[in-house]
Amino acid sequence: MNVPEIAIEAHGLTRRFGSVAAVNEVELCIPRGRIYGFLGPNGSGKSTTIRLLCGLIKPSSGTIRVLGLDIPRQAEALRRRVGYMTQRFSLWEDLSARENLAFMASIYTLEARHAAQRIAGAISEYRLAEFLDRPAGTLSGGQKQRLALAAATLHDPQLLMLDEPTSAVDPQSRRDFWESLFALTAAGTTILVSTHYMDEAERCHGLAILDLGRIVASGAPAQLMQDLPLQVVEIEAADTAAVRVALRSLPSLRSLAQLGLRLHALLAPAAAAAPADGAEEVRQLLARAGIVASVRRTTASLEDVFVGATQPPGPVAH
Amino acid sequence: MVPASLQRIRAIAVKELRQMSRDRLTLAMVVGIPLLQMIIFGFGINNDVRHVRTGVVDLANTQASRTLIAEVGASQVIDFVARPGGVEALRRMIGSGQIQAGLYIPPDFERRRLDATRPVAQVIVDGTHPGVDTAVRAIATAPLPARSGQLQRLQPAFEVLTEFNPERRTAVQVVPALIGVILNMTMVIFTAIALVRERERGNLELLIMTPVRSGELMVGKLLPYVAVGLIQTTIVLLTAVLLFDVPVVGSVLQLYVGAGLFIAATLALGLVISTLATTQFQAMQLGFFTMLPSILLSGFAFPFEGMPRVVQYLAQALPLTHFVEILRGVILRGATLANLWQPVVKLSVFLLLAVLLAALRFRKRLD
Repeated sequence: MNVPEIAIEAHGLTRRFGSVAAVNEVELCIPRGRIYGFLGPNGSGKSTTIRLLCGLIKPSSGTIRVLGLDIPRQAEALRRRVGYMTQRFSLWEDLSARENLAFMASIYTLEARHAAQRIAGAISEYRLAEFLDRPAGTLSGGQKQRLALAAATLHDPQLLMLDEPTSAVDPQSRRDFWESLFALTAAGTTILVSTHYMDEAERCHGLAILDLGRIVASGAPAQLMQDLPLQVVEIEAADTAAVRVALRSLPSLRSLAQLGLRLHALLAPAAAAAPADGAEEVRQLLARAGIVASVRRTTASLEDVFVGATQPPGPVAH
Repeated sequence: MVPASLQRIRAIAVKELRQMSRDRLTLAMVVGIPLLQMIIFGFGINNDVRHVRTGVVDLANTQASRTLIAEVGASQVIDFVARPGGVEALRRMIGSGQIQAGLYIPPDFERRRLDATRPVAQVIVDGTHPGVDTAVRAIATAPLPARSGQLQRLQPAFEVLTEFNPERRTAVQVVPALIGVILNMTMVIFTAIALVRERERGNLELLIMTPVRSGELMVGKLLPYVAVGLIQTTIVLLTAVLLFDVPVVGSVLQLYVGAGLFIAATLALGLVISTLATTQFQAMQLGFFTMLPSILLSGFAFPFEGMPRVVQYLAQALPLTHFVEILRGVILRGATLANLWQPVVKLSVFLLLAVLLAALRFRKRLD
């Protein structure tokens, strides 16, 4: 089948629930064969956007094209070409892993021999053999997730939509899961994945940060970190509580997070007149307050990008 | 201690009321069910039998016999709807359920009129319907008004014959129909829950992302339960025969065909419920809501003839009504499905409409 280079395209995509816009004027252009991430807090519109792109719900306004199909009009044609994994484990818990796979293979009407091949392949690829005959409800988070991915890819979809697939999974399972995703993209599959884990978001080829239904930042993760218009300052002090109090008076402070004995501060770019170096500003402030601390500028992490994009402008509230 | 406890109780009560007030379907059921059932059953449960469909065979055809027919008809208990040619045809019509009673006036009617020791005519009643037999018996034994020119009689004017249930055992009237009632109860709930459970467990979101079509989903959910229903049919039927001594006069195979049709129809009704309800609890409630009218209006417990016209129409919309007719026809009167084509057609139409409605109502979307 002829697949366009752009897997997903959306313009002015909006979905209102009552007076609330869960998805608001979203623009998307996702190339084929890439992992594209939606990063955002709960309620930011990640799931709603994915459901809109699948044709599971209708947009209030805007246009969607997925794999060259007009959605939701041609949603039914899309079904065969898309694999979908919901946030919640949505295979049948009272069926065994094997029965679930067999069900999915037959609901996608895979021909018997092909189905047997695909299932055998999935069993080895996703290491399902150890729990193949156990009811899916009794599996661990990681096992359920492997089973769900196996089920979602049985019919060889060109596009995988994964809605927070790793929310109930331990770190090792997450690593394995991402290895599987990269293996799938190597074979040409496009993957759209939503997450609220920074490390996962950082693995994506492209990323959109969502907040309150809007895309507040988008691009390659490295580019986003490089382009962050905020300064990141790290403060190490014995009395972090005193530092917190002192920094409260700093008008450019956007956010403050503690990591052990270190405080991680995000500062808005200073006004044209003031000194450009935020670290210097903090150093002077703490010196005036008589607090002993070591202050230095560091490079932005994706979390900084996320906080910078999702925090409302203005000084941080206490 | 008590005030705190009361406070918590109140908080919970208020919360429940709030939730209920936001759940329109439950709210509708809270008000609608008692109201509807009060109205329907208030009128529907009535043992005053009227308009019993009756055939008349008048072989005397004299002035007096015609007067007698008019007198009997004037009671409103009996409606003469057919005039078969002879007693055999009359009996056949009762067997197939077209009529429920027959009045037979023999050729020697005039001679019998003069003989106070012999009944002048015969009334044949279908004993498989509760109430009908009793009602017809009552008018047949009542003394006829003097104006019909009768002699003062010691003997009742009519000889009454109860067909198909000569001992007039209630079990024979009730148990075959009970098969339908029991199937009705279990089947509706099976499928009523089926879709809702998947919605609640999150399976549905995955399912609608697959290429499966609504109609396929409906039929696929329906079929396995038809098998379950036929197993239940066997159990109940065996109990009826072994425990209640109910004679199975007709073909067992035809009985199962009829049962399969009825089971599919009730399952389809359950699927419609499943597309309406959003929680398993609602599905259960709606399921029970359809059950009570089925039991009370299907002719299982109370004769149709006692119900007002509107309720009779309503009863026509219930699959159990038609299945009770099939059950009594096949089991007790030895009727064939060809004889009982009317209830068979009505059940089939119900099944088709219900599956169609369920498939149309079930959208492959989440909103």
